[in-house]
Amino acid sequence: MRLEPKPAQSLAATLLYPVGAIVVTLGFAALLVLAAGADPLSVFTLVARGAAGSQFALLETLTRATPLIFTGLAVAVAFRAKLWNIGAEAQLYIGGVATVVLGTGLLPWPSWLLLPIIAVAAMLAGALLLLGPALLKTRLGVDEVVTTLLLNFIVLLFVSMLLEGVLKDPTGLGWPQSRKVIEAAQLPRIIQGKRLHYGFVLAIVSAVAVWIIMKKTALGYEMRAVGHNPEAARFAGIPVNRVLMKTALLSGGLAALAGFSEVAGLKGNLTLDLSPGYGYSGIVVAMLAMLNPLGVVAAAIFVAGIFVGADAMSRSAGVPSYIADVMVATALLTMVVAILLSRFRVRWR
Amino acid sequence: MQALDILLTASFWVAAIRIASPLIFATMGELICERAGVLNLGIEGVMTVGAFAGWFTVYSGGDLWTGVAVAAVSGALFGLLHALLTVPLGLSQHVVGIGITLLATSLTYFTYRLVLPEVTSPPKIEPFAPLPIPGLSQIPILGEALFSQTPLTYLAFASVAVVAWVLYRTPLGLAMRAAGENPSAVEAQGISVSGIRIGAVMAGSALMAVGGAFLTMSAFNSFFFEMINGRGWICIALVVFGSWRPGKALIGAILFAAFDAYQVRLQQLTGGVVPYQIFLMMPYVLSILALVLVARRATYPRALMIPYQKGER
Repeated sequence: MRLEPKPAQSLAATLLYPVGAIVVTLGFAALLVLAAGADPLSVFTLVARGAAGSQFALLETLTRATPLIFTGLAVAVAFRAKLWNIGAEAQLYIGGVATVVLGTGLLPWPSWLLLPIIAVAAMLAGALLLLGPALLKTRLGVDEVVTTLLLNFIVLLFVSMLLEGVLKDPTGLGWPQSRKVIEAAQLPRIIQGKRLHYGFVLAIVSAVAVWIIMKKTALGYEMRAVGHNPEAARFAGIPVNRVLMKTALLSGGLAALAGFSEVAGLKGNLTLDLSPGYGYSGIVVAMLAMLNPLGVVAAAIFVAGIFVGADAMSRSAGVPSYIADVMVATALLTMVVAILLSRFRVRWR
Repeated sequence: MQALDILLTASFWVAAIRIASPLIFATMGELICERAGVLNLGIEGVMTVGAFAGWFTVYSGGDLWTGVAVAAVSGALFGLLHALLTVPLGLSQHVVGIGITLLATSLTYFTYRLVLPEVTSPPKIEPFAPLPIPGLSQIPILGEALFSQTPLTYLAFASVAVVAWVLYRTPLGLAMRAAGENPSAVEAQGISVSGIRIGAVMAGSALMAVGGAFLTMSAFNSFFFEMINGRGWICIALVVFGSWRPGKALIGAILFAAFDAYQVRLQQLTGGVVPYQIFLMMPYVLSILALVLVARRATYPRALMIPYQKGER
């Protein structure tokens, strides 16, 4: 078999394949639900209701989408330049560390000054963390996939060490957790009494900013050129390694903002379960969005909805909530196939 | 002085070989895939599947070798999925690999929760017992370390010999290596590059899955979440460290396992002065260091990660 490029198609024909991907994903999930002895239709209804069926559900989905927007943006930016940052999980945690180091009373400043400083510090920490693998890639040719993956484990152990050591909350009854951030270091809630916080607004603003960088600036152009064909980019006079460094700084910084926003906006302190794999889910989010920064927002809300909805469903229908992870992973694989099929025609022989 | 004495105890080397065994299986698996031109980042998930499938077969009444076979077949099936997406369709091996890892891991956890909804502590099986080789296992230290292991460890060493023999001594191996270096030359011989690559990824994934099964069926006796714990990623580093050669990769895996066994003993020796997390970090730090060490002279298979389309150059 071989693949041949297709001529440009109508919007409807282009959308046909992603819709097909979702249908295949739901079909596979339905099989698993049947295996669990439940009725797919009622389970899917419960998932949808749990994700968006009430004001509470909807706000919960947006709250869960917030860190996914940040990690999704981090991955989208990096993958666009073919910098394979699989380390968003580690960068997220380092952002959380920076937040509790500065936010638990070290800097007794008012909110308007403190929050931006913490956010920038978190971004710097995440950026520096990715700078290492990026330097190893450009200087020595060490594959960044493996180094960023391994750093996830190293950083999590490092955080565990901090939480049982210097950052340990003395009043935490021995639990490995940090002290709560002071009031001035808390991102306010958008609606009083609800969990949705201004981290969500920051995430939307970041998405727009990244979109502008990617579409309207020279850096964005260079990043796309490097990702498309590094040799050609180099030939065209683009400083490929410098562009990869900038990409790494931006990507690491964005992922770290997820940690900042989760600690300062939602959790209040740093624990070892700050992220249930937001760094890895960010890869799915970015791919579902076809690496488009604005698409990341939609994809993050979609993925968050599946997770929140499946949690609610699992409590009432007894299907393991891991079905959400299966659906998200399946969606990733079906979507990359769908994108391919919308651009190429498969010829048998 | 005490720290050096450890190296002279048989129990240390027995542990090192035991720790090396799953890494040897999975490293050989990854090596086959990469020699044929496919980076398999599904390794971490495939090892998880193998760990669960093997253990669950025995838990539901199958015998141990049936468990190993079931693990290998489940690994090969995920390998087939990986290969179909990356070889004929030519999709990004990075994205598909991570996708396979996410899918395989979540499907395993889903199935675990489905078949064992109420367990709090993971149920145990009767794992492979050590099978000392008469005579050889009497040789002090070295003999004890190598020849008083479980049958699955012997299988791990055998897999290195088989992989090396196939790669370097058979026409199939030549075609595999060529598929990773110069695929159009393979096609010119009338051999299907896609066929070779799909087969290599399936066989490699089967080995990875058996590596996972070693953990639940030989090293330990039950399955728990996150038990692969980055071993798959470490094996990818070991393949690079071993310059894509089975023998060198084997030495790398044993060296690595020796360091790992050593740090555990050092940890007991230092008695809590150094935070234990520092020791737990060592394997991952070591893997990165190994990559940096060989970076300058690493010669990747030339067609690694490059999809091949018939009639294209």
